[in-house]
Amino acid sequence: MALNLEEEAVSQYTTVFGSLNDYTPGGVMVIDDDPKNYVFSNVFAVADKSAPYERVAVAKNMEYIIEAVRTEGVSDWYATAHDEFALCMDGEVEIELVKLADPDSAVDPDSEGAHKLSGDPDGQKMGRIVIRRGHQALLPVGAAYRFKAEKASVMMIQTVLGPETVEKWAEICQTAA
Amino acid sequence: MAMSESAATADAIDNPRGLPITTGTEVFPPDNVEGYKAFKAGDFSFRRDAYFAHITWPGGRHEMPIDVFLRALMRDVAWGFFYGTVNFDHIFGTTNYYGEVEMFAGACNHAYTKAGRDFIQRFKSDELMDVFSQMVSDWTNADYDPFAAPMETGTPWGSKNGDNDAAVTRQRVTAKRMIGLPGDTPVRTDESGFTVNRHFTDVDQSQPDVYPEPGFEHEVSAYNLFGYLSRSDVTWNPSVCSVIKDSLFCPTTEEFTLPVEHGNDRCEWFIQLSDEIIWDVKDGKSGDPRATVTMRAGDVSCMPADIRHQGFSNKRSMLLVWENGSPKIPEMVRNGTAPVVAVEF
Ligand SMILES: [Fe+2]
Repeated sequence: MALNLEEEAVSQYTTVFGSLNDYTPGGVMVIDDDPKNYVFSNVFAVADKSAPYERVAVAKNMEYIIEAVRTEGVSDWYATAHDEFALCMDGEVEIELVKLADPDSAVDPDSEGAHKLSGDPDGQKMGRIVIRRGHQALLPVGAAYRFKAEKASVMMIQTVLGPETVEKWAEICQTAA
Repeated sequence: MAMSESAATADAIDNPRGLPITTGTEVFPPDNVEGYKAFKAGDFSFRRDAYFAHITWPGGRHEMPIDVFLRALMRDVAWGFFYGTVNFDHIFGTTNYYGEVEMFAGACNHAYTKAGRDFIQRFKSDELMDVFSQMVSDWTNADYDPFAAPMETGTPWGSKNGDNDAAVTRQRVTAKRMIGLPGDTPVRTDESGFTVNRHFTDVDQSQPDVYPEPGFEHEVSAYNLFGYLSRSDVTWNPSVCSVIKDSLFCPTTEEFTLPVEHGNDRCEWFIQLSDEIIWDVKDGKSGDPRATVTMRAGDVSCMPADIRHQGFSNKRSMLLVWENGSPKIPEMVRNGTAPVVAVEF
């Protein structure tokens, strides 16, 4: 195939990822609109101002949610009546998984979103996963999970709006033109 | 393509304009000048020559540079007409009703609609898709890949010169649960033909450390999404990587411009994973400019359900497109039970 890459031979590209210590948000420049319509925020800025394991909604489409989470230290245990997915955006996070002996008693099977468990989960150890920037892990239905991070790190969780979801849009989003 | 199987199977097909189904398509033999086939679907006719696509309909015509047209046509074909409206440019496009589709000239252009010059016909999706698929196959020459960034492919100009069906018939990636799970879409490797893109040579390729207890190997699972994306051989082509019911993570890599102005029929979220994309946002119906949104790594933003958007990415970047694939949403947006803006605060 005839490629047009000759002039690129000397170029070196640097891929810019964000981190808790280094992020440069863009923004909404309106022509004829309200910037609030774009619900614009930045996951690193949100995690920067969050308490450890506060699950802050940064995106919402009807009942579905993406949460930005500052992972630091050891979290509580959670369980959910559906799958969730954790995507590490910065740092390193360990995930512990336990197969719940009685998942329906841990979390209502008709419920949505993550539920905090009181105390340790009852069940068999499933294993653990260590994710670093860019790694996505399954938090499977029927399991309990908790997170550990030695240093402050950042995750996004694909999930459904639930009792642990924190919505504070006015604090995190661009409001001024 | 970024659509779940369920999105294509809404119970009743929505028809807000009340249009009848147009039938009748034709493929004409190659002309003896540049050697391309011509096509007809309903009252729309399509012809290409060395530089342009020529689209005609009763009382109107429209010309598009063939590179712009082929990149847009490729997305419309690969995405099965996608969500809502795919504007090839400010004049021509399609609107998906999931089983049926409208093809239009000027329907999303203020001047055309004001003058009553817009022209719209409705087709069974399969029938129009058959014509579009043949068109993208015949009009794409051997040196050209309409999915590729312009720097990574040849040019589409000139007379008919072979084909590139391997490129234009790429299968969509649609994970059922998550990439890398047993029986689901596999991760990308050198061995499977997905080498790291020239703009992503600095992206870490290590996989997560996964320590399943015996018997839980199928569910204790993780993979390197950024590594997966760094090996994408296409641009502006969201693929489903993780799924919770209708919540679809559809990440993609972007370079040059989004080949269409996408007028979604529902709210659509962007999470910029790396580098920078600048989005031109225009009103969905009129095409009047509304905003410019600059997104850098970690930025999250929602495109309202009543706009169209087109992105510009100088360096190849990683974008997470997040869709709600529920087939009920377009009608809910219209009757006011689903919001035009995703969050009000
Ligand atoms: Fe879009």
